[in-house]
Amino acid sequence: MSTYFSKDHEWISVDGDIATVGITNYAQEQLGDVVYVELPDTGKTVAQGDEAAVVESVKAASEVYAPIDGEIVETNGDLADEPAKVNEDPEGAAWFVKMKVGNAAQLSELMDEAAYKAFVETL
Amino acid sequence: MSMNTQGRPTTPGDVTESFRPKTFTGNRALDMEEPLIFEFGRLENTGVDLDEPDDFAPELGSHARTSEIGLPGLAEPEAMRHFVRLSRNNYAIDSGLYPLGSCTMKHNPRLNEKMARLPGFADIHPLQPASTVPGALKLIDDLAHWLMVMTGTSAVAMSPKAGAHGELCGMMAIKAAHTAAGRDPKIVLVPESAHGTNPATAALLGYKVVAIAAKDDGTVDLGALKETIGAHDGTIAGIMLTNPNTCGLFERDIIEIADLIHDAGGFFYCDGANFNAIVGKARPGDLGVDAMHINLHKTFSTPHGGGGPGSGPVVLSERLAPFAPLPFIRKTGDDLELVETEAALQDGEQPFGRMTAFHGQMGMYVRALSYMMSHGSDGLKQASEDAVLNANYVRVGLQDLMSLPFGEAPCMHEVLFDDTFLKDTGVSTLDFAKAMIDEGYHPMTMYFPLVVHGAMLIEPTESESRASLDLFIATMRDLVMRAKRGETERFAGAPYLAPRRRLDETMAARKPVLKWTEPEPAEVTPEAAE
Repeated sequence: MSTYFSKDHEWISVDGDIATVGITNYAQEQLGDVVYVELPDTGKTVAQGDEAAVVESVKAASEVYAPIDGEIVETNGDLADEPAKVNEDPEGAAWFVKMKVGNAAQLSELMDEAAYKAFVETL
Repeated sequence: MSMNTQGRPTTPGDVTESFRPKTFTGNRALDMEEPLIFEFGRLENTGVDLDEPDDFAPELGSHARTSEIGLPGLAEPEAMRHFVRLSRNNYAIDSGLYPLGSCTMKHNPRLNEKMARLPGFADIHPLQPASTVPGALKLIDDLAHWLMVMTGTSAVAMSPKAGAHGELCGMMAIKAAHTAAGRDPKIVLVPESAHGTNPATAALLGYKVVAIAAKDDGTVDLGALKETIGAHDGTIAGIMLTNPNTCGLFERDIIEIADLIHDAGGFFYCDGANFNAIVGKARPGDLGVDAMHINLHKTFSTPHGGGGPGSGPVVLSERLAPFAPLPFIRKTGDDLELVETEAALQDGEQPFGRMTAFHGQMGMYVRALSYMMSHGSDGLKQASEDAVLNANYVRVGLQDLMSLPFGEAPCMHEVLFDDTFLKDTGVSTLDFAKAMIDEGYHPMTMYFPLVVHGAMLIEPTESESRASLDLFIATMRDLVMRAKRGETERFAGAPYLAPRRRLDETMAARKPVLKWTEPEPAEVTPEAAE
């Protein structure tokens, strides 16, 4: 299983042809207390860069983009009841969606953990 | 001599000044702990005793309600006290300086209220025949006339109920114009510093929003605009821009921006929230604006917080004028006619529909026209000049201690600071705002616009005297010095002196309690209360 990161602060963890997507710890720190998460319907097809979910904090509402093309196969319903989880465990239990990988080649456009860390330090 | 030994002491006793008793009632003298009306109103109580009507035959059939309605009953003095006590916890423009940026919290002259209460305006009904309200029609038409004169435009849709509603109206007119021309462009451009309602309005109408970057000086980046237009050639429906923008800066390239949008086949929507800075100085129509809402409840007094509803008429350029929504007033010679239905339309009138059931906020029309007529053109111009002067007076009074994100250039009607000056103090913009409450001020707009870090947007308006501004500046300087000296406790726990301390906004958003439910009855005795 390998994990990749986008410039828009999503992480995507690929296991076979299923990818799990969430937002990074840096993103949750910037957002502040998350109060609402809107998830897509399963079965929805998204293209890279499309809005896959919405996360709302006390500061602002932000879109979560699909890091690659794919079809939404599962969403993390726990987040609707407990949005605070996004602050507690953003890169673990608070994943947003699982998607069926539509275009694995797009993963190479993303960053690995070391590159993302370096990217965040430039911000 | 004869002496009376009875009487009361006239000097305070020997007590510790800092002693604050914990009261039995929870009240602190005039600062009342007021319960919710549902907590003390009772269904069996009433201010009026009505006899059961004789031979009452309701005509509601199965809709007649027989269960309890669950509303609290109160005697008139109880109701009166409840709302008067609550009002004492309110902060309003009538009680102090209200520097909420981009909100134009200006004084609402009492003359407006006198005019709005004239029975010919206050006691009429939207459903009475138009022939019985010629005065009201004349007033609406006069107001529309002056709005068009002030903005240099050809038409005005009077009915929208507030700013965002006006934005929707203006953008619907733009969409209708595209449709009438057989076009269906998909993209609306919105600069980064825009009010959040701008992209929301465009999105509601199905447009894709594309953000335009700002330059280092806080205004729209023309290069970025040209690039974006080029990248989306032929699909631009329009731009939504605020001028002066939310950084309090005048977009100097506005005419070039308008030309670029028009050349790309789009329309120019201007957010009129900050019109107070330029009334009598610049006409949006001359700047290439196709549609702009005017917040009567800001620019022409009666700010929110001053009570009453909003009103957001939208002025329209010649190209958009045919698409103004129903209802509208048609003027033929001196005759005024209220056009309410599609059946009454004449050639060239192509309303996109209607925004509201009736003609709009009559009370706000009266207040706005009263404000305009009592100020006159010279007075309105001076109000704009004084609003800009006051904002710059605050800027100059604070710029050495606080931090200006775009340098020490003059601003328009509002001055924007960022939180650089609080760096390493441990005090945030939020803490600073809460400490202002302890000083008796409503905080400025904070954390907006989003383009600067820890934003503090101060709009004093023309209503403030120099003495009032001096006290505000001195208070702000004192707070800044305390923050820089490391008095963090004063900020971290603020407000200390308000009726309520700092609220848990996260919990309020995550688990909002929106409905009062009656608690289990508990016997409360004075002993138990301790």
